[in-house]
Amino acid sequence: MSQDDIGAAAIDEIETAAGDSEAGLGSVSRPVMLVLQILVGFAFMAVWYASSGTLVDSFMISDPVAVARKTYGWFASGEIYEHMWATIYATIIGFVIGSLAGIVGGVMLGLSPFLSRLLNPYIWAFNALPKVALAPLFILWFGLGIESKIALAAVLVVFIVFVNTFAGVREVDHDLVDSLKLMKASRWQLLTKVVLPSATSWIFVGLKTAVPYAVIGTIIGELIAANKGLGYLVQKAGSEFDTAGVFAALVVIAIIAVIINELVGLLQSRLENWKVVSR
Amino acid sequence: MIELQNISKTFRKNKDEVHAVKKVDLSIEPHSIVALIGPSGCGKSTLLNMIAGLYPPSGGKVFYDGEQVTTVNTHAGYMTQKDNLLPWRNVIDNVSLPLELAGVSKEERYERTRKMLAEVSLDGFEEKFSSELSGGMRKRACLARMLLYEPQALLLDEPFAALDAQLRLAMHDLLLKLWTEKRQTILLVTHDLVEAVTLADRIVVFSKRPATVTYDEVVDIPRPRDVREVRFTKKFRDIYNSVWEHLKDQYDEERI
Ligand SMILES: Nc1ncnc2c1ncn2[C@@H]1O[C@H](COP(=O)(O)OP(=O)(O)O)[C@@H](O)[C@H]1O
Ligand SMILES: [Mg+2]
Repeated sequence: MSQDDIGAAAIDEIETAAGDSEAGLGSVSRPVMLVLQILVGFAFMAVWYASSGTLVDSFMISDPVAVARKTYGWFASGEIYEHMWATIYATIIGFVIGSLAGIVGGVMLGLSPFLSRLLNPYIWAFNALPKVALAPLFILWFGLGIESKIALAAVLVVFIVFVNTFAGVREVDHDLVDSLKLMKASRWQLLTKVVLPSATSWIFVGLKTAVPYAVIGTIIGELIAANKGLGYLVQKAGSEFDTAGVFAALVVIAIIAVIINELVGLLQSRLENWKVVSR
Repeated sequence: MIELQNISKTFRKNKDEVHAVKKVDLSIEPHSIVALIGPSGCGKSTLLNMIAGLYPPSGGKVFYDGEQVTTVNTHAGYMTQKDNLLPWRNVIDNVSLPLELAGVSKEERYERTRKMLAEVSLDGFEEKFSSELSGGMRKRACLARMLLYEPQALLLDEPFAALDAQLRLAMHDLLLKLWTEKRQTILLVTHDLVEAVTLADRIVVFSKRPATVTYDEVVDIPRPRDVREVRFTKKFRDIYNSVWEHLKDQYDEERI
């Protein structure tokens, strides 16, 4: 046995050992896990609550009760809805536009080695760009309204979806493509019956990764210049030294991101039900 | 008519060269069943790939009905050695795919597909995905898919290798039955000499790599043949023995 082998065997053993103890904790039933998760949340809030005003100035970090009260107040008065709607709308529209552009671009370049080689340097240059820095430009182009936020969200999403779609299209099993060609499939049929379905998992990796970026794009647009939206609320509360308000707006933003992510996941499980294999 | 003229195929990868097929001349009569037999890795699949138009030959020409094959040959149905079912489609949508591509209505294609699935004993598995099927079931699904759209020529690459003996006989029976109706040209690659003699009008023996034709024998056992009984006839045994004489050399040499 060479030294490498011994090393590998040792690592193997460690991994199995770790795997065993992990399996014990990892197999906790779902309700129990939910309770544990809620406990972690409460523990965090308890620490937050306890340190507010004692360890840290409560002006800086507010406290969970104040944040909850603020959030409740927004919902009770109904003033939050306009802002939520503005953010959700811009995020979703931006996400959809960016995703469609990314998918179309990824498929086109994935299918054409010539195009992908031709455009390769430009695509990577675009990716290296800090796209958030485009915000002032978009506000100039699209105005202070929702359009500039949509554009920013879309621009942050497009590359992520593009890269994953491109990889997915490149990974297509050529034997499957050949077998359909033998059955007289047209180019369009090859695309819709083989290329897209087989790239679906990749595309969804891109979509899921891109959800938070769509939210970020919208919020940054709203932070810079807006008169509604959750980003605007964060900015307004901050300028009024209302830390509870900032935290409350962030909580609502996080909830929105989670919901959109769940929606994408739902779409995926509907499209990929064939992957559910019983063992 | 399938015609191979002086076909060669060399795979090149960097400096490595693999000569898979070397100077094969072969004419396949229309409506006949021809078995191609030879040791594993000798280049049989490569040959079928060239007839299907998936690989360009490195030398020589392939003709189908007098026309040179330069791109995918859509006259031929090709059942590859690997099963090419779409993993995201269930059996019925996989098997009916060629009809779907041709624009046949859903009702009609499902009806025709159900009949074909019954022929290959896959009825009851319509809703299963290929990951839920055994290897033999996948092969039968591929066979059903190919038979369903009725190409003029069938290229079969070890189609029955994964089946148990009983099922294999049933598939032989089905193939001969459908052939009697449709009279396709069938090129059958196989390892199994019994299968070759049972089904074919002619057996072509290939050498070990690079594949060249070393022997060619006509199987003049009268049709219709009983796939279960024909192997016990004297004629069968004579043909089997004379082909085996030539085939076994290819294996013997390999061992030395
Ligand atoms: N696409 C390919 N690239 C490189 N070598 C290949 C390729 N396909 C087949 N070969 C080589 O060609 C030879 C013949 O393969 P194949 O035609 O599959 O044999 P058979 O079907 O008779 O078992 C093998 O040595 C194999 O490694
Ligand atoms: Mg082979």
